[in-house]
Amino acid sequence: MITHPFTYQAPTTIEEAVRALGGAGEAKVIAGGHSLLPLMKLGLAQPEMLVDLRRIASLGEIRTEADGTIAIGALATHRVITHDQTVRAKLTALAEAAGEVGDLQVRARGTIGGSLAHADPAADEPAPTIAFDATIRAVGPKGQRDIRARDYFKGTFETALAANEILVEIRFPAQPARTGSAYAKFAHPASRFAVTGVAAVVTIKSDGSVERAALGVTGAAAAAYRATEAERALTGTKGDAKAIAAAAAKAADGITALSDLVASSEYRKHLVTVYARRAIERAIERARA
Amino acid sequence: MTASTTPTYIGARVARKEDPRLITGEGTFTDDVTLPGMAYLTLVRSPHAHARIRRIDTTAAKKEPGVVAVFTGKDLEATGMLPVFITVPSMSGSKHMPIATDKARYAGDAVAAVVADSREAAKRAADLIAVDYEPLPIVVDAMKALEPGAPIVHEELGSNLVFTYPVKGGDIDKAFKDAEVKISQRIVNQRLIPNAIEPRAVTAKFEAGELTLWSTTQIPHFVQLIAALNLGLGQNKVRVIAPEVGGGFGSKLQVYAEELLVGFLAKTLGRPVKWTEERREGYLATIHGRDHVSDVELAAKRDGTILGLRVRTVANVGAYLQAFAPGIPTILHVFIVPGAYRIPAFDYEMRGAYTNTTPVDAYRGAGRPEAAYLIERMVDRLADEIRMDPAEVRRKNFIAADAFPFNTISGITYDSGNYEPALDRALAMADYKGFEKRRAEAKTRGNYRGIGISSYVEICGLAPSKVNAALGVGWGGYESARIRVHATGSVQVFTGTSPHGQGHETSWAQIAADALGISPNDIEVRHGDTFESPGMGVGTFGSRSLAVGGVAVHKAAEKVREKVVQIGAHLLEASPADVVVAGGKVFVKGVPEKAKNFGDISMAAYLANNLPEGMEPGLEATVYYDPPNFTFPFGTHIAEVEIDGETGTVQIVKYSACDDCGRQINPMIVEGQLHGGITQGIGQALYEGAVYDSDGQLLSGSMMEYHVPTAEDVPPFDLDSTETLTNTNPLGVKGIGEAGTIGSTPAAVNAVIDALSPLGIKHLDMPLTPEKLWRAIRASGEGRR
Amino acid sequence: MPHAVAVTVNGTSYPREIEPTLLLVEYLRETLGLTGTHVGCDTSQCGACTVLVDGRATKACTMLAVQADGAEVITIEGLAKNGDMHPIQRAFAKEHALQCGFCTPGLMITAVDFLERNPSPSDAEIRHAIKGNLCRCTGYHNIVNAIRSASAEMRQSAGARPKVAAEVKR
Ligand SMILES: Cc1cc2nc3c(=O)[nH]c(=O)nc-3n(C[C@H](O)[C@H](O)[C@H](O)COP(=O)(O)OP(=O)(O)OC[C@H]3O[C@@H](n4cnc5c(N)ncnc54)[C@H](O)[C@@H]3O)c2cc1C
Ligand code: FES
Ligand code: FES
Repeated sequence: MITHPFTYQAPTTIEEAVRALGGAGEAKVIAGGHSLLPLMKLGLAQPEMLVDLRRIASLGEIRTEADGTIAIGALATHRVITHDQTVRAKLTALAEAAGEVGDLQVRARGTIGGSLAHADPAADEPAPTIAFDATIRAVGPKGQRDIRARDYFKGTFETALAANEILVEIRFPAQPARTGSAYAKFAHPASRFAVTGVAAVVTIKSDGSVERAALGVTGAAAAAYRATEAERALTGTKGDAKAIAAAAAKAADGITALSDLVASSEYRKHLVTVYARRAIERAIERARA
Repeated sequence: MTASTTPTYIGARVARKEDPRLITGEGTFTDDVTLPGMAYLTLVRSPHAHARIRRIDTTAAKKEPGVVAVFTGKDLEATGMLPVFITVPSMSGSKHMPIATDKARYAGDAVAAVVADSREAAKRAADLIAVDYEPLPIVVDAMKALEPGAPIVHEELGSNLVFTYPVKGGDIDKAFKDAEVKISQRIVNQRLIPNAIEPRAVTAKFEAGELTLWSTTQIPHFVQLIAALNLGLGQNKVRVIAPEVGGGFGSKLQVYAEELLVGFLAKTLGRPVKWTEERREGYLATIHGRDHVSDVELAAKRDGTILGLRVRTVANVGAYLQAFAPGIPTILHVFIVPGAYRIPAFDYEMRGAYTNTTPVDAYRGAGRPEAAYLIERMVDRLADEIRMDPAEVRRKNFIAADAFPFNTISGITYDSGNYEPALDRALAMADYKGFEKRRAEAKTRGNYRGIGISSYVEICGLAPSKVNAALGVGWGGYESARIRVHATGSVQVFTGTSPHGQGHETSWAQIAADALGISPNDIEVRHGDTFESPGMGVGTFGSRSLAVGGVAVHKAAEKVREKVVQIGAHLLEASPADVVVAGGKVFVKGVPEKAKNFGDISMAAYLANNLPEGMEPGLEATVYYDPPNFTFPFGTHIAEVEIDGETGTVQIVKYSACDDCGRQINPMIVEGQLHGGITQGIGQALYEGAVYDSDGQLLSGSMMEYHVPTAEDVPPFDLDSTETLTNTNPLGVKGIGEAGTIGSTPAAVNAVIDALSPLGIKHLDMPLTPEKLWRAIRASGEGRR
Repeated sequence: MPHAVAVTVNGTSYPREIEPTLLLVEYLRETLGLTGTHVGCDTSQCGACTVLVDGRATKACTMLAVQADGAEVITIEGLAKNGDMHPIQRAFAKEHALQCGFCTPGLMITAVDFLERNPSPSDAEIRHAIKGNLCRCTGYHNIVNAIRSASAEMRQSAGARPKVAAEVKR
């Protein structure tokens, strides 16, 4: 039940949508509605107008561009991302993260754009998004701009996106050869969000040693972050069990960990190190395959 | 079972008669009932756990468009108090109004009511009601509530002590003097939130002086009775209907404020009224379960013989006494604590305490899971202490098969039992012998593996009315049934039970079918409508329906059968002793070709022109069956778990159970009850728990925080059964509704503790969540960091 | 301000003027009187409200009715075709996969969507697929059996039976 009234429109172009957002009163975009509607039902969000993106067909596409960039439209649902062959092959950690979102029904409606725009600290997709060094493309009244994922997440429910901007796509750069990735999640047993989720992207050299490592961590802190200490520790090693464990142990260094009924901050930090190790192991395995 | 019937349908896996409508969306649940001109009720609930209500300003709410009326507690005092059906000695009962008038005693206590043309308008208006609260000191913990100086929940009672309930048997001092081993353990049975998937709802209309009330209830007749008494209506003018009810587990075993309010408002406002609970509202305003803290001491010999058990428990009843609350920690708990064992000395003192929390009443098992958990944990503690196999400690102390009927040290009489075969079968199913190898294998993975046994006994079939009276239960424990055979031979069974998932329409039809020699397909079972049932029904709870209500159906069917035999004998010109009723026919033994159809007999009963001399016309029977004793099902459950050594996450890798509920009417339904029950019990062991902060705020206040088990949280279940009949009733049936819940919790916990026992861990409180285990492992010095 | 929408529910298009605040589940239950879809929670956890929207299992409590304008919705009432039950319905009854029946419509709808895409699932996959549907009665054991048994029947009759959950891209 939603008790506060609002108006609704479903424009067919991005420009129209941007214009609608800039109109009078507090307007909000609605995509899958799986973060927004629960808040509205609880009375925690009370927008005066909803601008539904569902008629803007271009926003749902997943494209591979000439340079290998994979551009995922904001309206791509978790479900579509989970099953997309390109994403599964090239951005495995993202496909896995999308596949771990909530449950089957949530994945059918919820979108990656909504997830990144909402920036719930326990959302899954932010982790691979930052680990793959993706770029967030937004369109506002002044036109289009690209924001690096690392500069995008500002805090809990806070992003670099302006209120009158629409996130149109997430652009994942081509990954070098011998790159493997994986997402490992400890889910909240009731809400199903991430208590900890770690996306690992690892590129190995032909001799099997680690050329480059990226770790995106979600659920643990106010916003998704890159575990740079751990990345550094892993880079240049042989990528063996010992090196992985040593690197993973640093994955929660320096963070102010969240705490709730399921996991205290101390336990959360511990989980980050365990899931970092599990993600790195699988990523390296894939990079070597 | 009487000799005259050969069971055809009893014991068969008959497909459920209730399913066709439920799998097509045609079933009608309470919230599905929509009436013309209906208004909607919303309640304003206190955000404070304890606060005096200084003033309530309803001005703005009354002006909200669509609002029909706004009420405070004082305006609604005419609904009367909410009932408590059980009294225990020296009980200090609370005054419980549907809407609080003086102060709010828990977060969620209703303080005002709004009726509007739509749910949305009612809710908007409710948000506009300004309540001026004076916050008062809060007590959440039941132990603390009994300490001097604690905030008092009901000032007029002088203290928070609800009752002290002592039960003693044997010489406890001697037991401890003779003991070679003494074990003390604090055992906490945490508070649970029932979470029937259908939220509560009430719909009512008042027409031509008659109130019709649809409610999500397990006890429509009690709701009818109290509504009639409290609202000043003849009981003949109150029709309560429990349509499809989406699970209850005790949470719908109440006469709730909303039932009286909706009834009252429909009558007063002259238009239909509906109230539907929102889930988060239900977390506050629907009863919780369990919540015991026990200090337990066990005396034993080194050879494993238990000598005595001393327990001191405080049960948190919450802010008010609910309908059955006084009986749960006492009658349904204390007496069964000795469980499957011969314990020579017993000393239990149970105290109840009021706190500023949601009221606690029956949740699946109600008192018995707390008992089984307590004794089964202590038996494992003993086994650990004396380094004896937990299976053997159980075997050593089991009440012997030839000792039944057995008078327990707590003062009740177990009807029948044979505990070893169930244990043996469960051990075999679980490959108990091969376990240590699996433990060792797990260790190579860095994991901890454990196996846990629970051999439970429970009390079913509430209850003999005489026993009820002696125990302070303010109502009889019988059940009613009426069987009506129409002239054409179609059969209706009306039962006083009120199923909400248990499949009575099917099982009762099976019972009646065997007595009447017809097919269950030709029998319609009707329930949950107080205008259709025999005068009074008691309802569905406490695993009583079959052992009391099912037996009532059997007896009524036997009466009808007797008349069928008489008429048949008359028409066939034979002696009644030679008449056979089977396969829809009535014939003389040995001459089936000269049969009368069942319908010929019923037609004759109504044509009434050719009946035996002096026989009344018609073919109908009503029975009120009052059992002579409870029944005591039992069984052994075994859980095998593997704990992730790094995270503390528990996975149940195998679950085996052998249960004995006496005769099974429909094994398919029996197994279904066990599956659901076991899952709830595992939920308590590993996942669930209501968490309050010290301000009395429920932190686990929604399905986003409270972990109701999903399909991924439980394993498949491997089930077997033994059959030890009871002679308490002619069907030999006991009851299975709660056994799964009772047996599974200790099995799962014992398995986890067994897994961790190599680390020196002896006990941990439920729920055994990953962080708790991780901490325990780490504190033991073993955990890999 | 009411919006004119037309949602096709179980094959029939229903043009209605509705408020944007109306949830799809309220539209189905209250506006259309299709009460087979249930509401079990207010935080999108229980799945009792699950219906197919353009072939995808969707929590109807977490979607506005206006968002379903032009969509094809299948509810429990539309699962059987001309009185012929869907294999999942038969399997639920046969395997005793329901007790109170409150969660059942949502579970069957989720299963239909799942099985159309994964015709030969493992038990683990089945359990994962129905994670968004809470059942407090059955302990899931027989539900898993029912979905497995329906999958066998659906594999056999594939082709003969039109897909209920044919995914429509919109
Ligand atoms: C039961 C349940 C379980 C869930 N479990 C998980 C989980 O485990 N992991 C997880 O990551 N998530 C989970 N979610 C959240 C889910 O993934 C959401 O779908 C997602 O977070 C938001 O996507 P949406 O399309 O539904 O966004 P909406 O709810 O439509 O929008 C969310 C916010 O983003 C804004 N917005 C949306 N799209 C855009 C855009 N293109 N441009 C600008 N602003 C935009 C909206 O204005 C709104 O403020 C769960 C949700 C539910 C209901
Ligand atoms: S009603 Fe619970 S998920 Fe929709
Ligand atoms: S059958 Fe009752 S909730 Fe599933």
